[in-house]
Formats: sequence, structure tokens, C-alpha cells
Amino acid sequence: MKKSKTIHMVLAGLAIILGVMAWIPVQAQQKNIILATTTSTQDSGLLDVLLPIFEKKTGYFVKTIAVGSGQSMAMGQKGEADVLLVHSPTAEKKFVAEGYGVNRRLVMHNDYIVLGPAEDPARVKGTKATTEAFKKIASPGTLFLSRGDNSGTHSKERDVWKASGINPEGQKWYQQTGLGMGQTMNVASEKKGYTLADRGTYLALKKNLQLNILMEGDAILLNIYHVIEVNPAKWPKVNAAGAKAFADFMVSKEVQEIVKTFGVDKFGSPLFFPDAGKREEDLGK
Amino acid sequence: MDLILEGILKAFHLLFTFDPEVMQITLLSLQVSGTATLISLVIGISVGTIVALTEFQGRRFVVSLINTGMGLPPVVVGLFVTIFLWRNGPLGFLGVLYTPTAMILAQAIIASPIVMGISLAAIQALPKNLRLQILALGATRLQMVWILIKEAKLPLLAGVMAGFGGVISEVGASIMVGGNIKGYSRVLTTATVMETSRGNFDIAIALGIILLLMAYFITLVLTQIPQRERRR
Repeated sequence: MKKSKTIHMVLAGLAIILGVMAWIPVQAQQKNIILATTTSTQDSGLLDVLLPIFEKKTGYFVKTIAVGSGQSMAMGQKGEADVLLVHSPTAEKKFVAEGYGVNRRLVMHNDYIVLGPAEDPARVKGTKATTEAFKKIASPGTLFLSRGDNSGTHSKERDVWKASGINPEGQKWYQQTGLGMGQTMNVASEKKGYTLADRGTYLALKKNLQLNILMEGDAILLNIYHVIEVNPAKWPKVNAAGAKAFADFMVSKEVQEIVKTFGVDKFGSPLFFPDAGKREEDLGK
Repeated sequence: MDLILEGILKAFHLLFTFDPEVMQITLLSLQVSGTATLISLVIGISVGTIVALTEFQGRRFVVSLINTGMGLPPVVVGLFVTIFLWRNGPLGFLGVLYTPTAMILAQAIIASPIVMGISLAAIQALPKNLRLQILALGATRLQMVWILIKEAKLPLLAGVMAGFGGVISEVGASIMVGGNIKGYSRVLTTATVMETSRGNFDIAIALGIILLLMAYFITLVLTQIPQRERRR
């Protein structure tokens, strides 16, 4: 009597748990695509426009994991993502060269800008080259906020420091937030510091920031987005067909047309410039 | 200040126009955290009661483990659940990473020790003689346990509310194992994080207010049940 009661209770508990699991819709495995991407494609709202079109067209269900380019590639390296949409060319080339990714294709670009307070204590405004601007910032009394999170923007920032011949690590004027672009800009705004940001995120958040564009238009500041399929030869569980379908979609004429006008209604200028089929070397010329 | 006012207005606007996306996000939050709390209830109360009523070697150590578990950091739980659920991880064959099921799993792991610890304390706090009395009146062991649980109803309910409150407000694990996927695994907390990083502070505040309202009404309903009985 005692025993059967306990068994009944356990069975009832299990039934509840199983019932709940069945209640939540589970998509068929091969119809799922895991897209690991930088935060700017999600935060700008671009993916919210593109994904419904893709899903309707192909029947795939895209799981967007917006984490920054560095982490996206780390996921790809472990075979935990199917396709990447990232903006960290130096790291991407290494990723493909090491055999983790295949079929790296150019999708679009925009640019980075150097932001700072209106007072501009380091007198960055008016400098011609970004390296020169960074040299001016690199002095006691100013403050530079770095993402410090291995994102595409952080990797670009390190490239610029390297080109300027400065090692900012451990300097008093150099602080790493370890946060996303929006939060890092907020910190820079509050602390009256300088930072490097992508134009799309800056335009989207501008109204809440006291930061001005102090430097723009330099060739080194180009921000280039590529789509990469994770190598199915290395990770058999990768949804290769889905990844290819998504990558093809991103460079399709339809998407490139949408990218061209995306954000014009809200910000007066487009957030990204479509580049499918072009060569990386020809950009910004 | 204007921003907060704007947020409050936005919250009511979203609520009373029954904005489909916000409704979906709110319902999913309830569904995920409610299920996780139910699971933690079964695990937490049963283990908590067993530990409270039995003597065994290493009992102190187990109790200290449970109490530490009450402060289990959600991000750490999220990290471990993610690693286990990875495609190439030990539980990868389940294929549940980045689904609401994974979120329920992570939240149940977070809530269970909370419910367990409070159950343990609640049952232990009952007078020792009560047990003897019940047994002396001819109750079976199972009947005794049931009476004890009923006796400790109020503190146990506090445990349930603490567990639910812990997971409904939790963001670290949910975003890691759920992925904050639009229309699929986006809940109130993860949506708030995303809207903040998008600079939509008014919507973020609105979502926060909806979360608070929801938590308030649920705890209100839960507290009403025993209070009413008490008045009789």
C-alpha cells in the first residue's frame, strides 16, 4: 500500500514533466540553423527584417546567437554553430586557413568611427589619420574605453593600436569594459572618454549619448562583414545544407537590395553598404 | 526622469493593446519559470524533507552543500548546462540547446536548492515531539511526513515563492542556454537586456514593469491561499 502510493506519486511527477516537455514545440533537428553573429547585426534590427524572409522562403528555422565575432568563431571552431556572420577579417582568415570554415563570402560593410566628448581634450578632431588620433589619445589625463571582449570592434581597435606603434595594455588611460558596443559607449559617455565604435550602433544609440564623431573616413576604419559556413568535414553534426542556404541568401540580390536601404527611414542614411560579389581589396576606394 | 515616465506609459500601452510579441514573451516567461518551479518543487521538497527527517553520516556536509546551492550563480549554471548540451557535448544527442526546454532545465537547477534549503529549515523547525505524537496516534511514516509538510505549509510556500522569484528574474542562464531567439526562446529578462543594448530604454523599462507586475500578481495569488485558511 505504502509502496504503490510512492510509485504513483513518482509516476504522476514524471507524467507532468513529460507533458510539459511535449507541450513546448520542438523543431525538427535538420530544419534548425544556428547562426552565430556579431551583436551589431541583431542590435541594428537588420536580422529582424531578413530572417522572416529567409524562413518563409526555405522553411528553415534560424536560431540567432548574437555574441560578438570572437565568440562566434569560437563556437564555429567547436562545431556548435552552422554559419557565421562576422566582422573580424584578420581572425576570419585564420579561422578559414585552419580549416574550421569554408566558403567565406563578402556581404556588406560600414565603417568605424572614433568617438569622444565634445570638449575633445586630446584634440583628436581635425587629425587626418586614425593612427595619429590614437597617438594623441595615448597620453595621461585622457581616457580610452575598449570593448576588451575579442569582438570584431575590439580586434579592429587592436589593429589600430598596433599600426600606431602603441601598446595600450596596462596603461592608466586605457580601460576595458568587457561589455557590448552599446554599453561601452554609455561608459565612455558617462566618463567623458574616447572609444572606437561601429557607425550602425552609434546611429541607433546616439540620442542617449554625449559623444561626438571626432574621426571618420580613414581607410583603416572600414568595417567588413563576411558570411562563413562552418566546415562540415570537421564537424559532421553541422547543418551544412542549411548553412549554405543561409549564406547564399545573404549574398542574394534580394538581400543586398534590402541592405542598401535598411535604416534610411529611421536614421536618414543607410547603416550598411551591400558588397556581395566585390573583392575585399576594392572596398573604400 | 522623463525616460522612466515614458517607460511606464509604454508598459501600459503594450499591455492594454495586447501587443502580440510582448504577450508571447510574457507567456513564455511564465511557462518556462512556472515549469522550472514545479520541477524544483518536486525535487526540493522531497529531498529537503528526507534530509530534515533522517540522521546519517555526513549529514552536516549535505546540509552545507544545500545551503551553498541556494546561492548558486545563474551564469555558472548556464555555462555548465551549455557545455553539457552542446552538440558535441555529453548530452548533445538530446538536441535541446537554445530551446525553452534547456531554459527550464537550467532554471530548475537554480530553483531546486532554494526550495530544498527552505524546506529543510521549515521541517526542521517543527517541534520534535510532533513527530512522536503523530506516530503514537497510529499514523504510518508516509502519513506522518504528509502531516508535517502540511504543518510547515507557510514556510514551504515562502520557499516556492523564493524559487519562482529566483528564476523569473534570472537572466544569465536563460540567455546562455536559450539564446534569446525571437519568438522562440525570448523571455522578459533576456528581452530587457537586448532592448537596453539596442538603446530602446523605454521598451526595456516597460518590460521590467511587466515583469514586476507579473511577479506581484503571482505571489499575491500564492499568499492568498494559506492566509485565507488562517483567518478561519
